[in-house]
Amino acid sequence: MTQNSNPPNKLVQKLQRHRKARWLFWAGTSGLILLLGWLFSSYYPESFYPPLAADPPWNLAFWVSEGVDWLIVNFAVIFDAIKLVTRWVLNSIEDSLLMLHEWSLLAIIVLWAWRLAGRRVAIFSGAAMYFIGMLGLWELCMSTLALIATAVLISIALGIPVGILAARSDRINNTIRPVLDVMQTMPAFVYLIPAVMFFGLGNVPGVMATVIFAAPPAVRLTNLGIRQVPKDLVEAGHTFGSTDFQLLFKVQLPLALPSIMAGINQTIMLSLSMVVLAAMIAAGGLGREVYMALGQVDIGRGFVAGTTIVLVAMVLDRITQSLGQRGKRGTSAL
Amino acid sequence: MSETETPRVKISCRNVWKIFGHDPQNTLNLIQNGMTKEEILEQTGHIIAVRDISFDVNEGEIFVIMGLSGSGKSTIIRCLNRLIDPTSGQIFIDNVDLATMNETEIRMTRRHQISMVFQQFALFPHRSVIDNVAYGLEVQGIPKAERRERAWEVLNMVGLKGWENYHTYELSGGMQQRVGLARALAVDPEILLMDEAFSALDPLIRRQMQDEFLNLLTQVHKTIIFITHDLSEALKMGERVAIMKDGLIVQLGSPEEIVIGPADDYVTEFVRDVPRSKVVPVRNIMKDPAVTLYSWQGPKVAVHEMRQNDVQYAFILDPGRRLRGVITRDEAKQAIKDGITRLSKLVKGNALQIGPNQPIEEVIPLAATSDNPVAVIDEDERLIGEILRTELLLGMTREDNSNDTKQ
Repeated sequence: MTQNSNPPNKLVQKLQRHRKARWLFWAGTSGLILLLGWLFSSYYPESFYPPLAADPPWNLAFWVSEGVDWLIVNFAVIFDAIKLVTRWVLNSIEDSLLMLHEWSLLAIIVLWAWRLAGRRVAIFSGAAMYFIGMLGLWELCMSTLALIATAVLISIALGIPVGILAARSDRINNTIRPVLDVMQTMPAFVYLIPAVMFFGLGNVPGVMATVIFAAPPAVRLTNLGIRQVPKDLVEAGHTFGSTDFQLLFKVQLPLALPSIMAGINQTIMLSLSMVVLAAMIAAGGLGREVYMALGQVDIGRGFVAGTTIVLVAMVLDRITQSLGQRGKRGTSAL
Repeated sequence: MSETETPRVKISCRNVWKIFGHDPQNTLNLIQNGMTKEEILEQTGHIIAVRDISFDVNEGEIFVIMGLSGSGKSTIIRCLNRLIDPTSGQIFIDNVDLATMNETEIRMTRRHQISMVFQQFALFPHRSVIDNVAYGLEVQGIPKAERRERAWEVLNMVGLKGWENYHTYELSGGMQQRVGLARALAVDPEILLMDEAFSALDPLIRRQMQDEFLNLLTQVHKTIIFITHDLSEALKMGERVAIMKDGLIVQLGSPEEIVIGPADDYVTEFVRDVPRSKVVPVRNIMKDPAVTLYSWQGPKVAVHEMRQNDVQYAFILDPGRRLRGVITRDEAKQAIKDGITRLSKLVKGNALQIGPNQPIEEVIPLAATSDNPVAVIDEDERLIGEILRTELLLGMTREDNSNDTKQ
C-alpha cells in the first residue's frame, strides 16, 4: 500500500470509528468503576492509592442500606404477595408429601427412578430413602424436599423463559450475564439478611435465597441449549415457514432439552447446597437439623443429618441426570 | 412441456448484492467508489459474499449454480427464500419482489411456494421420519391425519415405504436425504432449492440419487435451483449452469456451452477434467457429408463421385433427402460388374446413424463396429452430417491451445 488511488474516504473512517466505539465502551465502563472506587476510597484508609477525602460524603455501603430500606417501605405490598404465594406453594407441596404414607411415597420414588433411570438407580433410591426413614429423619427430609421443590419450581419458571429470551437476543444475554454472575458468586450471607428484611424469618426467605443461588444454571443452560441447536435445523425450521413460536416449541426447545435438563439438575443440586445456609434464617428441614447440631457441637447428629442431605442429593441427581441423557439420545446420534 | 414459445420466468434476480458486516449499506457505497474486495475486507472488515448477481430462471427449469466454497452460492440461494436478506438488488418470484413482502407474506411464500433440501440433510432428530416429512404441513396447521397421509404418499414416491416410524438417525445418508427431499416435496412447492443436496453422499449413492431425482422430476413439475461444487454434477443436472467465483457469476450457459467455450481461465481450469465426450453433442464434430447420392442414380455415378472426392463411401438418400443407406466404392464397382443400374437396389439400410444432440460418447460404440462413417440425421431421418473417425478422436481429446502452452 504505497499509495491509495482513492481520496481519503469519509465512509472508511466512519466504519473504523464504529469498531473503535466498542473498545471505547469497555474502556469507559472500566474507567467508571475505577472512578467510583476512587470516590469511595477513603472508606478503606489504608488503601494504596490516594483517597479523595478523609471523610467523603460517598459511601457505597450506606447507599445500599438506604436503598433496601426504601424498597421495604415502598414495595411492601409486592413482597407480601410474593411471600403469600410462595408460602402457599411450599405448604401445599409439604402437606401432600407428608399426607402420603411413607411406604407409598417410597414406592412412588422407586417407581419413578425405575421408569426414568433404570433398575440400578431405582434400587439405590429405595435403599437411600429407606435408610433416611430408619434414621428418623423422614419428616425433616420431606420438609427439605418441599423447600427444594418450591425453589426449583420458581427457578425453572423464571429461569427458562429468561434463558429463552437470552438465546434470542445477544443484547439481553450480555445484560443478564453479569446479573447471573452476581447471583452465583455473591456470598449467600450477604443476601440472607435482606431476604429476611423483605420476607421475614422462616421458609419463604430461605426459598428466595435458594432461588437467587440456584436459578442461574437454569438460565445459562437454557440459553446455551437453544444457541447450540444446529444452524441448519433452525434454517430448516424457517424454510418451511415456521412462526417464531413454532420454531421455539417444535425445533429449538425439544433439541435444547438435554441441556435444559442438565440445567435443572444443576439447579436442584445447588438448591440442596443452600439448605443448610437457609436454616440460618429459620428455614426448616434437614438444614435446621445440621445447624442446630452445629450449635450444640453434636458432631454425630450433624453427621447423620448431613449424610441424609447427601443421599437426597444423590437420588435427585441420578434421577434428573438420566432425564437429560434420555433427551440427548436423539441429538448425539446425529 | 410448456405450451408457450418463450418459457415463463419464475425467479428473477436483479443486481443482487450481499455484504456481511455491521454496516453493509455504507460498504456498498465504498464499492461503488471503486474499492476492491480486498481493500474492503482489510479496511472495514466487511465480507462481500454476493456481488451484482443477475439471472432468470424459467418455470420448470433445472438451474445449477456451481462454485467452490466461499463463492457465494450458498448465500445467493438463501436470498431466494430470504433466509438471508440481500443488501441491495431485487429478487422476483412470479414477478413479486421478495423485498416488499412482510413477515407474514414471506412465511406464506416459504410454506407454499419454495422449499429447500439441505447439504447435511438438516432433519429433526427428535422426530420420526414421517413427522419430519410432515413438518411443513404441520406448521401450516393441517390436521395430523391429513398431513401424515400426504407425508406417507411422498415417502412412497422417494422409495421409503415402511420407514415411516424410524428415527432419522437410524437411516443411512442416502435414505436421510430422501427424507429431506420428501420433506421438501410434501408441501408441493413450485420451487425447490437444492443446497448441495447430494454433496454429502458417497459417490455411488450420489449418482443413484441424481438419477432418481431427475426421474422424479418427470412426475412432478418443479422449478429447481441446484447448488453444487461438483462440475460433473452441475453438467449432469443442469439445463443451464451458472459458475460463481468470489461472489460473481463468471459464466452462465448450457453445460455444452461451458465445456466447449469456457469464459475464462477459472472455468477452463474446471472444465479441464470433464470428459468432453459426455457433454459435447455430436453436431459439434460433424462434417457435411462428402458425397451424397440419390437412390435413383446408378453405380457408375457413385464410383465417379467417390473418386472425384477421394472417399471410399457415399450416403444414399431418397428424394426427401432421407437416409437410405451407405455404399462403399468397392461395392459400387462390384455393382457395375453385376449390371445393376440403380442404387436403390443396393440399399440395405445399413447406415450407422445418430441424432445431432446425442453426446459424442454414444457414437463411439457405433464407430467401433464398422469402417463406415456414422451418419447424423435429424428427427425426420434427413441426413445433416457425417462423423469421421478422425474428428471423433479429436472431439474427445481436444483441449484449448491456451491450456497446452500454459502447463
